Amino acid sequence: MKTHDVVILGAGPAGLSAAAELKRLGHRDIVILDRESQGGGIPRHCGHTGYGLLQFGRLMTGPDFAKRLVDQVSDLDLRLGHTVLKLEPNGRIQTTGPNGPETFQAQKILLAMGARETPRSARLVSGTRPWGVMNTGALQQFAYLHGKAPFQHPIVIGTELVSFSTLLTLGHVGVKAVAMLEAHARITARRPADWVARIAFGVPVLTGCSEFTIRGQGKVEGVTFRRHGRERVLEGDGIIFTGQFRPETGLLTQSHLELDPGTRGPVIDQLYRCTDASYFAAGNLLRGIETAGQCYREGKSAAHAIHAALDDTLPASAAPIRIEATGALSYVYPQRLTGRGPYDPLLFKARVGEAVKGTLRVLADGREIWSRPINALPERRIAWRVPAVDLSNTHHLTIDLTPRS
Amino acid sequence: MTDTNHAQVVIIGGGVVGCALFRRFSMSGLRPVLLEAGGDILSGASKGNSALLHTGFDAPHGSLELSCMQQGYREYLAIREKLNLPLVKSGAIVVAWNDEQIQKLDEIVAKAHANNVGEVTRVDREQLRKMEPLLSPKALAGVHVPGEHIIDPWSAPLAYVRQGLAHGGIVLRNCRVTGGHFNGVWHLETSQGEITADLVINAAGNQGDIIEAINRPAPFKITPRKGQFVVFDKPAARLVKAIILPVPTERTKGVVICRTAFGNLLVGPTAEDQEDRIHAAVDEAALRQLVARGVEMLPGLANVDVSAVYAGLRPATEFKDYQITAQPDRRWITVAGIRSTGLTGALGIAQHVAGLYAASFGRLNEMEPIWTPVPNLCEENTRPYQSPLGADIVCHCEWVTRGEIVAALAGDFPAGDVGGLKRRTRAMMGRCQGFYCSAHVMALAEGKIAS
Repeated sequence: MKTHDVVILGAGPAGLSAAAELKRLGHRDIVILDRESQGGGIPRHCGHTGYGLLQFGRLMTGPDFAKRLVDQVSDLDLRLGHTVLKLEPNGRIQTTGPNGPETFQAQKILLAMGARETPRSARLVSGTRPWGVMNTGALQQFAYLHGKAPFQHPIVIGTELVSFSTLLTLGHVGVKAVAMLEAHARITARRPADWVARIAFGVPVLTGCSEFTIRGQGKVEGVTFRRHGRERVLEGDGIIFTGQFRPETGLLTQSHLELDPGTRGPVIDQLYRCTDASYFAAGNLLRGIETAGQCYREGKSAAHAIHAALDDTLPASAAPIRIEATGALSYVYPQRLTGRGPYDPLLFKARVGEAVKGTLRVLADGREIWSRPINALPERRIAWRVPAVDLSNTHHLTIDLTPRS
Repeated sequence: MTDTNHAQVVIIGGGVVGCALFRRFSMSGLRPVLLEAGGDILSGASKGNSALLHTGFDAPHGSLELSCMQQGYREYLAIREKLNLPLVKSGAIVVAWNDEQIQKLDEIVAKAHANNVGEVTRVDREQLRKMEPLLSPKALAGVHVPGEHIIDPWSAPLAYVRQGLAHGGIVLRNCRVTGGHFNGVWHLETSQGEITADLVINAAGNQGDIIEAINRPAPFKITPRKGQFVVFDKPAARLVKAIILPVPTERTKGVVICRTAFGNLLVGPTAEDQEDRIHAAVDEAALRQLVARGVEMLPGLANVDVSAVYAGLRPATEFKDYQITAQPDRRWITVAGIRSTGLTGALGIAQHVAGLYAASFGRLNEMEPIWTPVPNLCEENTRPYQSPLGADIVCHCEWVTRGEIVAALAGDFPAGDVGGLKRRTRAMMGRCQGFYCSAHVMALAEGKIAS
């Protein structure tokens, strides 16, 4: 069996930017696998604009951005309709597709399978289970890939950025949402997204809603919820659960790779390397959602690490320093540091579950080496660089966010 | 029947019991007509059970339920290969979590032996640890029942219906029975017009007493018992081999942990009486309790995602046993109160009802069986995505191919609604619940089923 230099799993922004960067660095023996019939990943069905400014120098829609990503690597081996069935140690994977079962062997594999929203089931939402309850991702595919409106009067649950993009998606197929409902006291996306929803779309945004219960037998009839201590009923024929993105780790949970219960993604080091050194990971697989631009940057960075690994100039991954998130942090990544250093300035990314004001600190074996005050909101990336520091005798890094009392 | 709207036998209710009755009477050459109110078979109680093939080790001794279960168990094993139905030979362990429950284990073994269920033995803590190393150390002792198995709860009744169709039976879906009268012949009012019948079999599940009232004041009342379930994603299925059963208490049989034929893992059910016969709603508090109880029993579940939740309604009556009787003068057979054991009992119930028919209404012929194997959805056997010829996977969580979905929408008995399509293929039933594939699946289904 042929051993490829690199096999990339997932032809979205992270996977395709990594492929383009590896090509730029002189690599040609790259195979990109994607299970869909079209490359480009999630932007394929994000019909709204907002993509591409930093990567391609102009603002474009998701599908145009997806096409540009694919065009960049048109001379590489992109195989669509290929589903990976199994990840095995030391860079071997099992797939199926148009040619039937196949085994791929690679020196390095990049995992870039992206993220998806949390469905109604995993949110443990009460009520009946009629047709018409879906995530934004499914709605986008109905609207942008098939030109269909699965319902006429849907209710949107959640107020992340993607929740507001849902209003655009609905508009594309001539549908207006009944309302947007949010559990928290304020919307999750940046203001004035709620004003845009109210004024540009005429959709009311109700915060502080709890105890959602779905109604309807065959089809959705509406939702009941509590707000300001009273039970409210909203009628509608569809319910869209938006956001709460989580890494698409169906394959990883069945593999030998270690996962982080916080991010739900693979444990990586500062070089995007997984706990099996033949595997790297980048993009939304690492933690749920970031912008396509962020995924694009990570794909590029991972490509440089893979390039160094193929050159044998990457430090060994033995005896890593573990990194742990404590206090109000839901997670931090990378989850470990490898090599003895000296490190470049270390880039950490984290998130909180609830809004919190406090002090973010980095502790090396309990000793504070960096800190700064922070005002953090849920579903927003917290990213910072810690200047290179000697960690040669360190075993454990703790990243702590203690709320100010 | 299409010409005259007259049938020798009408079966009301396309749940697992109705499907098994339909198969049995079709194979006797009676060309029965099965009436199902929903858009597809299994629209009521039968869509939400725990998918187990029971030995009857804990069923009431001497009950009709026990004999139907044991006959059904035997017939399932005898016919399953010809119908391509799976069998996951998991065995079960009744696990005691405290001293009070340990005290009851000998009684459970004795009852199993009295019920003629062999190989049922006590296991101590050490043996239990060896059999199920990932079970919580709080598990103290148990009873091993090797004959309890896991099956596919939807393909089995589908196979029964297909075999009945091959033998000349007729199925009418979206056909709700709303009333009727008897004048030597039954005149049933339905949402598709009047249908006359020489004999009516009431297998209406949660509507059993309402349908029964067409014939006589119902001698039982159905109080649907709701059971909520949580389905954990595939990694959970590696945490446990056997079906983990609780020691039953007065109120409920308790929470079961079991793998599914599809490679996931179930935790449930709850047991809640309700008046509503149609709406089986889940509720967050109960689901959270099930998750917590699951994690308590099997700590590894803490790191596994919930992929689906559901609730089923079991047609319980005020009586413990099945309510199966023939009223020869009224040309009516009642098959009601088939609680949670209907999946196991169905084929046995059909045999029993065939016996009642023969005793009161005339001899039944045995036709040479026509076997109608159904598509396999079970991970233990080869699935279409594993074909050496290639696979076009549409549902990426459950690895359902385009070919499977197209096939389920075609032929002489295509899926009747979205629920039916999901039950026949598993498309959209995995961890993403349709995030990736629902638009694609619905495009394939367009014009073929009502959405």
